[in-house]
Amino acid sequence: MAIKNLPKEELLFRGTGACPGCMASLSTRIVLKALGKKTILVIPASCTASIEGFYPNTPYNIPVLTMAFEAAAAAASGVSAALERLGENDTNVVVWAGDGGTYDIGLQALSGAVERGTNFIYICYNNESYSNTGIQRSGATPYGAWTTTTWAGKTEQRKDVPAIMRAHDVAYLATASPSYAEDLFRKVRRAKSIKGSKYIEIHSPCSPAWRFPMDKTIEVGRLAVQTGAWALYEYENGKLTFSGRSKLILEREVEPEPIEDYLKVQGRFSHLFEPSRDEERLNEIKRRLEWDWDRFRKEVACEIG
Amino acid sequence: MRYETKTTISYPTIGPAGKTGTWRDFRPELDESKCSKCLLCWIVCPEGAIERKEDNSVLVDYEYCKGCGICANECPKSAITMEREV
Amino acid sequence: MVVMMDSGNRIAAKAAQMARPEVISAYPITPQTVIVEQIAKYVESGELDAKYIRVESEHSAMSACIGASATGVRTFTATSSQGLALMHEMLHWAALARLPVVMVNVNRTLAPGWSIFPDETDSLAQRDTGWIQLYCSSNQEIFDTIIQAFRLAETKEVQLPVMINYNGFILSHTFMPVEIPEQRDVDEFLPKFKPFWKMDTENPVTHGNTVSDEDYMEIRYDMHLAQQNAKRLIPEIAQEWKDKFGTYHGGLIEEYRCENAEFIIIAMGAIGAEAKVSVDNLRKEGHKVGLARIRVARPFPKEEIQRIGKDKTLIVVDRNISIGSGGWVVTETKSALYGHYDSQVYGFIAGLGGRDVTYQDLGDITKRVINKKAKETEWWDLKKVGAK
Repeated sequence: MAIKNLPKEELLFRGTGACPGCMASLSTRIVLKALGKKTILVIPASCTASIEGFYPNTPYNIPVLTMAFEAAAAAASGVSAALERLGENDTNVVVWAGDGGTYDIGLQALSGAVERGTNFIYICYNNESYSNTGIQRSGATPYGAWTTTTWAGKTEQRKDVPAIMRAHDVAYLATASPSYAEDLFRKVRRAKSIKGSKYIEIHSPCSPAWRFPMDKTIEVGRLAVQTGAWALYEYENGKLTFSGRSKLILEREVEPEPIEDYLKVQGRFSHLFEPSRDEERLNEIKRRLEWDWDRFRKEVACEIG
Repeated sequence: MRYETKTTISYPTIGPAGKTGTWRDFRPELDESKCSKCLLCWIVCPEGAIERKEDNSVLVDYEYCKGCGICANECPKSAITMEREV
Repeated sequence: MVVMMDSGNRIAAKAAQMARPEVISAYPITPQTVIVEQIAKYVESGELDAKYIRVESEHSAMSACIGASATGVRTFTATSSQGLALMHEMLHWAALARLPVVMVNVNRTLAPGWSIFPDETDSLAQRDTGWIQLYCSSNQEIFDTIIQAFRLAETKEVQLPVMINYNGFILSHTFMPVEIPEQRDVDEFLPKFKPFWKMDTENPVTHGNTVSDEDYMEIRYDMHLAQQNAKRLIPEIAQEWKDKFGTYHGGLIEEYRCENAEFIIIAMGAIGAEAKVSVDNLRKEGHKVGLARIRVARPFPKEEIQRIGKDKTLIVVDRNISIGSGGWVVTETKSALYGHYDSQVYGFIAGLGGRDVTYQDLGDITKRVINKKAKETEWWDLKKVGAK
């Protein structure tokens, strides 16, 4: 949908507790435009719980149930069941959780809710760390990244929760980025139209956590896709479909931009370049990136569909 | 409708974190002569502080704009510049 | 009215079925499992028209109940021991959110090692959460109390979650005859749930966002006042039930032969039931003994204890232990009496991990006190005496 035609109504009022340049905040605006007023959000402890501002005020013009860190998907199961009992069949139930509340502490509840076929959209906005509590590492933090609990750079590769969701055969799965606003909007609209468990993961470049100037945030998100560090795809009925630049990379129609272009603009990777280049770790990053894309290619090629 | 139960129930307001415009160091200035009304700045503002008018022209709400500079960085016509305010 | 002869668990499930919750979310754990199994049967047969969420843990069970209750429907769950412990965080949540969730906790002690047998340490550990805690001593009381609990929780002056406790195996798996009223009479006693706040797209609110130090204490104070209201309302609701259905088990405390008593046994749960036999036996022997069976542990019936304990010797039997301090009931009993009366209070820790406490034990305990042989605090029937 063209930007001009995106719904005008703001369901997230301005003046929130978000940092300037926050992609969680931007993604919320876009997602709520796609979902509309008949939406209930379940938000666990995360940056967004702080974005909600101070009691007795909130910037959300839709109902929001703030929830304990690991409990969002379980609480959403309850909300969804209650709405069904009340006959409210056109109200969207949406979890809005960070990577902490999804990849780590919230993974059990997510798995349980999805296995039960809970009718909801689970959205993970992924800023690749526990940003709200001061940038500690999470299961989504990429290899080599600085965080306040991995000062010399993370020593493990990150988890792949979208792959875990495919193993649950969710009704719909998508990855997205606020740097590609229309793509995000379309994917949320698609999820809204399907019954069952839907999972959307939104890449959320974070200026304080990744250490880059805040005005470059959308650019960094674009670079992530152009270098292949973040892939944009959908999954439905056993079929994985890539789109845009990600599709071209998958099918080897274009070379991804050099990954170092993406790493160099982020201060959280600066120790890989200064005081001297850490060839071993840079090569590991490149090896793994190629491996990830080969795995996508194999998964697409082997589809039962 | 306000609920009576004494638990943390909060009601929708603009600016629940206060007048966040005070957070700025830089302020976006729009040159209307360069603006093509593409509305990219409107959609990309994380705060929703860029208002969209009927004719698709835009207006910054300086009471809440946090001065992140994304609008200036993304504008395809370089119609927005960040001017130091503080 | 029919008479049902069944185990405590199946009676609990029957009460839950008749209370008409709309969402149930529960996870199995011995000795509560029969409840969730029976509820699953009721839902599948249509006898209970509800959504049953078969969650993947107790923490999720309480979280789902909170989600459903916050969306405006009546909810129910059940657990025990480790499950209750796992839910701890969310028990605080439900109470601070002022949601009228009702939960059965089948008392079972905590691990390691794995003991499936009863004591009240599991519910003891939750006494600070803000939940109202009721303790049952018979299957009839289980049935009556569960339905009364929904009524209590959903009252404007209360709006707090309620936990109904009864001992694992001793009650949960023991068959007793129970009078079951007609559904329409239960519906009259417990009308349809009207939520006091909820998630509603027509009236959007955010629940649970950041709160400053300027606002938090008042929220806590209101919970405290709500439990004071519950002290008044629990006996009123029990009386209303008695007038309508005929069965009655006491108000905050059930007093048994306390008139002219010099010694009063204070106990909860199954021990409270056994103690009636001991009291009868001791009375036959000429001792002036009575029983004050605590039915409501939160809010703690301070005023009742003061009234009953005046000028008496109290013998408190705790089937629980707060390590480093003592039995829960004896500690709160002494605290209630402080500054009021010079009552003598003796505390006995007994029956932990399901060790049997019979009416004979209670008789012996009482005689120890009567014969002035008892210390202020004793651990009853310990096989080996270690560090004292």
